[in-house]
Amino acid sequence: MSTLVDIRKLHRSFGGPAVLDGIDLTMAPGEFVALLGRSGSGKSTLLRVLAGLDTAPAQKLELPSRRSVVFQEPRLLPWKSVIDNVALGVRRADARSLATQALADVGLSHRVDAWPLTLSGGEAQRSALARALVREPELLLLDEPFAALDALTRLRMHDLVFELWRKHHPAVLLVTHDVWEAVALADRILVLDQGRFIKEIRVDIDHPRRRDDPRTSRIEAELLRELGVEPLHA
Amino acid sequence: MADTSTAGQTNATNPVAGPAPGRRSGRKLANTAMRLASPLAIILVWQLASMTGLLSPRILAGPSDIIATAGRLVASGELINGLIVSFLRVLAGFSIALILGILLALVSGLSRLGETIIDPPIQMLKAMPFLGLLPLFILWFGIGEAPKIGLVAFGTVFPIYLTLHGGIRGIDKKLIEAGQTLELGTFGIIRHIVIPGALPSLLVGVRYGLSVAWLSLVVGEQINASSGIGYIITYARDFLQTDVIVVCLLVYAIMGLLTDGLVRMIEAYALRWRPEVIA
Repeated sequence: MSTLVDIRKLHRSFGGPAVLDGIDLTMAPGEFVALLGRSGSGKSTLLRVLAGLDTAPAQKLELPSRRSVVFQEPRLLPWKSVIDNVALGVRRADARSLATQALADVGLSHRVDAWPLTLSGGEAQRSALARALVREPELLLLDEPFAALDALTRLRMHDLVFELWRKHHPAVLLVTHDVWEAVALADRILVLDQGRFIKEIRVDIDHPRRRDDPRTSRIEAELLRELGVEPLHA
Repeated sequence: MADTSTAGQTNATNPVAGPAPGRRSGRKLANTAMRLASPLAIILVWQLASMTGLLSPRILAGPSDIIATAGRLVASGELINGLIVSFLRVLAGFSIALILGILLALVSGLSRLGETIIDPPIQMLKAMPFLGLLPLFILWFGIGEAPKIGLVAFGTVFPIYLTLHGGIRGIDKKLIEAGQTLELGTFGIIRHIVIPGALPSLLVGVRYGLSVAWLSLVVGEQINASSGIGYIITYARDFLQTDVIVVCLLVYAIMGLLTDGLVRMIEAYALRWRPEVIA
């Protein structure tokens, strides 16, 4: 199997104890990996290294050149219309038509010319998703992208992300603290704790995954235990 | 300023004003009339004092004389020519300040080294009462256009530099990171994120700078001018024409208001993405 991401012995510390303590991570093209961890476990730090926003020493750091990030906040430029925001990261003559298509893909055709500050939280995050996908990334990095959304919008976003992943098939690294989000979407789930992976689970369940499916419930319970939460009905 | 706030209120209340817009605007009209009452009374008293000879025209000409003089100065073309000269001085000085202020603020806002080099001397110069520099400017530049334009430029550069520098420093780092992940490059980030993000602050500095520019001009033009509004004032002073002086002061005030209004229009267009402008 070919690898898209290959990282060996990645270290990162900010003066104190190591935030990332010799991480190994490989990802195949098109693989959907979820990264779970408590606050301060180092998951956002790892994502920032992968995004190129932070540098850290590693024995090996192989990354695809085409990467996109969606952050917890949409981070749209408020002075550019939605379509200009989406077209910003594309250096091609047909950037605008690509952006129009990307916005149609996330169901925002009616908001193309809107100002970002007039968007709802879900719309803004869908625009951010369009801005990331229009660059046709080989690796899509999602940093708790749905954490600030209300529960219903979040469930809808899960479906949207899954659909877009099926269509464009980038490798995805989803950083989250929502266990169900990880189980519903990912091929593989990694649990990070104190800068090390303490658990790896493959999820071989067909989509769409149901929460009342005993197999997903079992995985959810197992993950929650790893995160230090004892489920009520384990 | 009072204009801005009332206009803002109208915009904000109109969409929800449902029940009695008529009564509301009626009350507002009454309110405006009340506020106009005392200025009108002052003008009336002033006019009466002038007509009865209580207020000598050598101290201050009466309102009707001032209006007549304004008409005469406009008709003769004297005022318009003076105004054009004065306006060009402000334009020249302000343009120099705008370019210089933006360049300095960009260098000092975008690099730590630039800030270390540029910011301390500017803060020191800013502390100086710049209008007091006029004698030096005359020694350096003579008594032609240069000291007048120089004084306008010198006074105006500080508000522009300070507001833009603050605006650049205040830009959300998260947006810059987003720009990095989109691989915009340094110039792309400056062009798409830093400059538009600092624009609201810069426009505040431009408005403030314009008022400083007109103030500097008033002072600069008192010294040995042979044209411009200031020249008309100096000339009128020698002949005790208080009516002409007041007309010229009114022209300064009107020009200040007009240029400020122009920047406000630019602001409304350039910052139309802001929710308070959209709403």
